[in-house]
Amino acid sequence: MAYHKITLTINGEPEQVDVPSNMTLLKMLRERLGKTGTKNGCAAGECGACTVMVNGEPVNSCMILAVECDGSEIVTVEGLSDHGSLAPIQEAIMESGGVQCGFCTPGILIASQALLNRNPNPSEAEIREALVGNLCRCTGYVRIIEAVQAAAQMV
Amino acid sequence: MKPPPFEYYAPTTVEEALARLAEHGYDAKPLAGGQSLIPMMNFRLAQPSVLVDLNNIPDLSYIRPNEGGGLSIGAMARHSMVEKDALVAERAPLVHETMPKIATTQIRSRGTFGGSLAHADPSAELVCASVALDGKFKVVSQQRERWIPANEFFLGLFTSALEPEELLVEIQLPPFPKRTGWSLMEIARRPHDFCLIGVAATLTLGKKDQCKKARLVYLSAGDGPMVGQQAAKVLEGQSISPELFEEAAEVASSADIDPSSDIHATAEFRRHLANVLTRRALEEAYKRAIPNI
Repeated sequence: MAYHKITLTINGEPEQVDVPSNMTLLKMLRERLGKTGTKNGCAAGECGACTVMVNGEPVNSCMILAVECDGSEIVTVEGLSDHGSLAPIQEAIMESGGVQCGFCTPGILIASQALLNRNPNPSEAEIREALVGNLCRCTGYVRIIEAVQAAAQMV
Repeated sequence: MKPPPFEYYAPTTVEEALARLAEHGYDAKPLAGGQSLIPMMNFRLAQPSVLVDLNNIPDLSYIRPNEGGGLSIGAMARHSMVEKDALVAERAPLVHETMPKIATTQIRSRGTFGGSLAHADPSAELVCASVALDGKFKVVSQQRERWIPANEFFLGLFTSALEPEELLVEIQLPPFPKRTGWSLMEIARRPHDFCLIGVAATLTLGKKDQCKKARLVYLSAGDGPMVGQQAAKVLEGQSISPELFEEAAEVASSADIDPSSDIHATAEFRRHLANVLTRRALEEAYKRAIPNI
């Protein structure tokens, strides 16, 4: 099977990776680049744990091939903080208790950040709508939604 | 869980993509947004040996007005693009209303209008909406170009009229008729999940309160988009009344659809839901048709 040399930007850093055609973006991030913040949940687009931003839009990285991302800009959960200082959404989700087991958190953070980027002051309904693709089995979502509201205030 | 190995091509023109499809025939699959195909490959439900990636063909991603009030949507227009498009909101209100109901934000970022149709999933909103709107699909191969009406495109469960060497490149929606209301309603266990049952409806009024034309197309109600033909016969030519809607709902839910039982719901329950949704959808469509009188 053919390998493809792709060039992309990950959290602002240029990367060149040799990937087999059947490698998903998720697998490349975790196993080639050591970015294990992004989680592998269902591999079917139901849980959202693998959410990353591709060219600013939130996508499930389990359902996009790495080779499709040639030339793209990727942001993973590792890219939200700035030199060790956490992004408002990260601060807020810790403050509000929106993290329990933590498995869904990276996907939730990226989906929330993508929402705040396109809509800095979302209503509760808009937050729920934006996070409909992210399952959390622990928190019951209430504190996650409060965290997004709090983060919107902080920005 | 990873896709089986395959050869990958990333053509930049439609001609090049068609050449690849012609070369590899049944072994090849076009890759649009991949929001159904890639998970199917992850679970090895699909094992194409060649993928022809359409994401690098900018010519397939557009939304254009047509003369007379209709519009054309390129097959690779992403759901998120169609969702935000002002022209779609103006000229195809049913599609505009449908877009946010499709899957999740993440999937709409990547999924495409044409990909959803070519996948021919009978529980897909756009499949039913395109039939309700009498859409036409432009399909090309190296040999020929043909237009397929939406109601002839969907042949069954995940089966469309597309031949292996053909590509769906454009969806044309006719002008939205005057004095017409629309509705898309679904019932799902969880918001944005695959629905247990759903309906796309349009209702065109004639003189006064007479129903001139009615289209009801059901999601998750059979092996393809299920058209409420007998319900339409009940409605057309009659004066609108709650009793008329009830009768149409009764006929649609008992005679027009063919839902199956599964772990999520029994066929009987789906028929019950179809009955309720038909009534609600017709009422909503009727209300929306009135301001246009």
